[in-house]
Amino acid sequence: MGTLKHYADRFAPLLAFVGVLLAWEAACRLFAIPAFVLPAPSAVIASTTEIGAGRWVQHLLATVQIALIGYLVAILLALPLAVMITHSRLLSRTLLPWLIIIQSTPIVAIAPIIVVTLGAGMLPRVVITTLIAFFPLVIATATGLASVPDELLELSRSLRASRSREYWQIRMPYAVPHIFSALKVAITLAVIGAVVAEFVAAEVGLGYLILFATSTFKVPMAFAALTLLVACSLLLYGVIVLAQRLLCPWSLGKEAGQ
Amino acid sequence: MGNVIDLTRVCQTFVSSDGSPVTALQDVDLGLRKHEFVSLIGPSGCGKSTVLRLIAGLLKPTAGTVSIFDRPVTEPRDEIGVVFQKPTLLPWLNVLDNITFPMRHKYGHVDAKDTERAQALLSTIGLADFGRKRPGELSGGMQQRVAIARSLLHDPDILLMDEPFSALDALTRDEMSFELLRIWSERPKTVVFVTHSIQEAILLSDRIVVMSARPGRVAEIIDVPLPRPRSLATLSDPVFTALANDIRVKVFTRKPE
Ligand SMILES: Nc1ncnc2c1ncn2[C@@H]1O[C@H](COP(=O)(O)OP(=O)(O)OP(=O)(O)O)[C@@H](O)[C@H]1O
Ligand SMILES: [Mg+2]
Repeated sequence: MGTLKHYADRFAPLLAFVGVLLAWEAACRLFAIPAFVLPAPSAVIASTTEIGAGRWVQHLLATVQIALIGYLVAILLALPLAVMITHSRLLSRTLLPWLIIIQSTPIVAIAPIIVVTLGAGMLPRVVITTLIAFFPLVIATATGLASVPDELLELSRSLRASRSREYWQIRMPYAVPHIFSALKVAITLAVIGAVVAEFVAAEVGLGYLILFATSTFKVPMAFAALTLLVACSLLLYGVIVLAQRLLCPWSLGKEAGQ
Repeated sequence: MGNVIDLTRVCQTFVSSDGSPVTALQDVDLGLRKHEFVSLIGPSGCGKSTVLRLIAGLLKPTAGTVSIFDRPVTEPRDEIGVVFQKPTLLPWLNVLDNITFPMRHKYGHVDAKDTERAQALLSTIGLADFGRKRPGELSGGMQQRVAIARSLLHDPDILLMDEPFSALDALTRDEMSFELLRIWSERPKTVVFVTHSIQEAILLSDRIVVMSARPGRVAEIIDVPLPRPRSLATLSDPVFTALANDIRVKVFTRKPE
């Protein structure tokens, strides 16, 4: 009986997934739901042949490229900012309101303005992606840097170590679990940012494809693009999880809030 | 004077978060002789940790002077090792790297001699095979032993220990106490040991400083006339029992009304 339970444990998520797909397919056929309201999974799959595989790859790569560049820029901005915020009260008081203003601005509302200001091309898309991804990174990193126990900081002081060693050898590594939780949140946000940017101004990308497909009532194709987007988001998330497992195994299970 | 550590009329006032001043220490006078083992005992909040931080140079006294080898303490010094109440190991370093961490942190590199010494210390604390393990894989007691080894790496003349065994169960505590005594007798040093346990204080110390709270003062300094080396037998010595009762009464009656 133990093995049965083992198999149930292992395959339950997969079975549930297949079950939902089947129920969905059955419902669409049974109630004859029009494809522009809710396309059946089979219709979604069939729609993928409407454009060539090369085009799909092109759209996918365009979105992933924007998401990753925006993500990297967000990381490069967030880490020094977080250090500044924890380093001095004055800087923290000066910078935090700006960060909160940026975070409180709905990205969808500001995206068209950014496109108008920065013109077409990659730059506005990267900026939009960065804007949405970097706030959780700054906050989590700053929280991590500040969460170091007093005793460790006193140990550092009792050794008369330099401030930079305190950051590199104590605070930064201490923040790693926090940074990784934020990296996971930020990668999904980066994909959202890339799609929002493509909604506003783009001629390629999965976001653009969804917009184009729905505007011409090719709803099954929009669903196909959406599925690809979700898969891509999950894959990127998985890469971060894997990176954490390989690079910082000690930090697993110690993320903030887990 | 000839003392290793001298506190003269030391006062320490903190400003609490609501802005009102808190007198943690008031006119504390204390002299510690070379290679003496002294315990600080007293109710919670009487300023024991503050005394350690003053000696460690992590805190400047509001009034009075703290001196080591007849020189006033203005900043942390090399000849001091500190063991904090929590083990405070770095979770991303293995045990060996944790013990050599002070070298890496202070000088930026660890040489072969430090690693060799760390390995020897690991054997001393009975964790010779645990050098490559991460702190997360060790029990609380093992972690605390590693923290003690870390404080001993540079063979400090002065060892400051803030309730190092408080997280341990009674059995491990006794075991660790004897271990500490052995290390101390092999490489004599001046030890200031904060504890809440009267037994522990008597077992380890040459003298016990009983402190009173609000404001923190030295209430009494008690000599421990028990012979060394001390062992399990010491615990059942009538002198030990009598002294324990005596100190219990003193600590108890000194409690703030
Ligand atoms: N950084 C600080 N800011 C404000 N008040 C402080 C600070 N450090 C200590 N105090 C106060 O000083 C007093 C003595 O603190 P200390 O930590 O030395 O006590 P303790 O004897 O070590 O207590 P315990 O046995 O609970 O560890 C306490 O009343 C505490 O509130
Ligand atoms: Mg204390």
